[in-house]
Amino acid sequence: MKKSWEDLDIALIVKKGGTAQDFKTGDWRSSKPIWNSEKCKQCLICWLFCPDSSIEVKDGKMTGIDYEHCKGCGICAKECPFKAIEMEVERK
Amino acid sequence: MSNIVAKTGNEAMAEAMRQINPDVVAAYPISPATEIVQIFSTFVSGGKVDTIFVPTESEHSAISACIGAAAAGARVMTSTSSQGLALMHEILFIASGLRLPIVMCEVNRALSAPINIHCDHSDTMASRDAGWIQIFSEDSQEAYDQTILAMKISEDLFIPVMVTTDGFIISHAMSRLEMYENIDVQNYIGEHKTPYNILDIDKPITVGSLVLQDYYMEIKRQQADAMMKAKEKIKELYVDFNKKMKKNYNVIEKYFMDDAEYAIVALGSTAGTARYLCEKLREKGERVGIVKPRVFRPFFATEIVEILENVKGIAVLDRSDMMSSSGGHLFNEIKSAFYRNNRQPAMRNYIYGLGGRDITVGDIEDMLKDIKNFAISKEKTPDIKYITVREQEKK
Repeated sequence: MKKSWEDLDIALIVKKGGTAQDFKTGDWRSSKPIWNSEKCKQCLICWLFCPDSSIEVKDGKMTGIDYEHCKGCGICAKECPFKAIEMEVERK
Repeated sequence: MSNIVAKTGNEAMAEAMRQINPDVVAAYPISPATEIVQIFSTFVSGGKVDTIFVPTESEHSAISACIGAAAAGARVMTSTSSQGLALMHEILFIASGLRLPIVMCEVNRALSAPINIHCDHSDTMASRDAGWIQIFSEDSQEAYDQTILAMKISEDLFIPVMVTTDGFIISHAMSRLEMYENIDVQNYIGEHKTPYNILDIDKPITVGSLVLQDYYMEIKRQQADAMMKAKEKIKELYVDFNKKMKKNYNVIEKYFMDDAEYAIVALGSTAGTARYLCEKLREKGERVGIVKPRVFRPFFATEIVEILENVKGIAVLDRSDMMSSSGGHLFNEIKSAFYRNNRQPAMRNYIYGLGGRDITVGDIEDMLKDIKNFAISKEKTPDIKYITVREQEKK
């Protein structure tokens, strides 16, 4: 829940550091990458190309997509040599 | 204790700045306000103040430096006029939007073109929507007192304040000034208050981040609320100032208004000229009164209607024109203020004195005759009139 004007800090001063993580920008997206784990060969080209660090990787393997920050640019889908990522229209 | 001296408006404001002893003053010279910071810079070089004086390359930079210093927790002042204030324009909104306490000594001067260095209120009025508190002064004494008061207002409300005098008429005219002892001013303004401090390394903060559709409106609503609440607080601070400094100021000055049939509303020095005439006319038994709003932003609409609603005619003097074909700034405020009022006295706008054109006692006397005729006339004549201007003779 976003705060009301009465509850926000004066002039919207951000009172701590490292807050970029809390800034959810995924709602800008108009199309959404869908990851097919069966086609994925774990080459991590998508991770390399993603301009928003939205390819989630754990222990050297892709585990999914961070939809809270992915803006749907489609670079991952274009670059994937195995067509393991496909774009679909975002429904909100 | 107080000392009685002879000072011009600029000297009086510089003295107020000296006694406030701000941490930072950033400024750029411009007539007729140049002297304020020029005199103040001699206080800096003479060791009379502890201020860091920042001479900048423009007014835009001056007010920007003020914002940086205020955000870093400093007590900050500046001074400007006319084109200088216009050059500060975009930054004025940033100062108020970031809720920074800053006091500006502003000397009212006409805006170009044609280029002119003399008094009118176009510069200050062009900044009226910038979210600053705006206070007008009638003479050196008011300029001095209100500059000191402004520091308190600004730090109590976290809203920047500009205190104005009339260019040359006040800024360069010497008059009697009753000054406080330095210690009394320091005791009155008290400990510096700041909304936040960007240099507090133990509590890192971000100031001025990008705020889009999801939060911008909330922050502006918050700012609007601060200005609404400021009205009561400013009134209280005037009362508090009077008590501590033994003065008798208020947000709107009334003079002979209790039984007035006709009222003259004027800002700044012209109120003094009108008061002189008012005294003469009162001796003849004419029921004329003067209303002088000291605080123009926020606008004390309810209060001004209460003062004016029982008169037969109101002459609103404007030393600025909105060029909107609907009269001057003060007139538009007062006309709007009366919208839902039951009593609607006749009201006419007199635009006068642009670019320093003199307004004499005779001009105001003629204007009073005109408002009387206007009030009783059944004819529908324009409610805006330009006076103190050469016109073709009517054939």
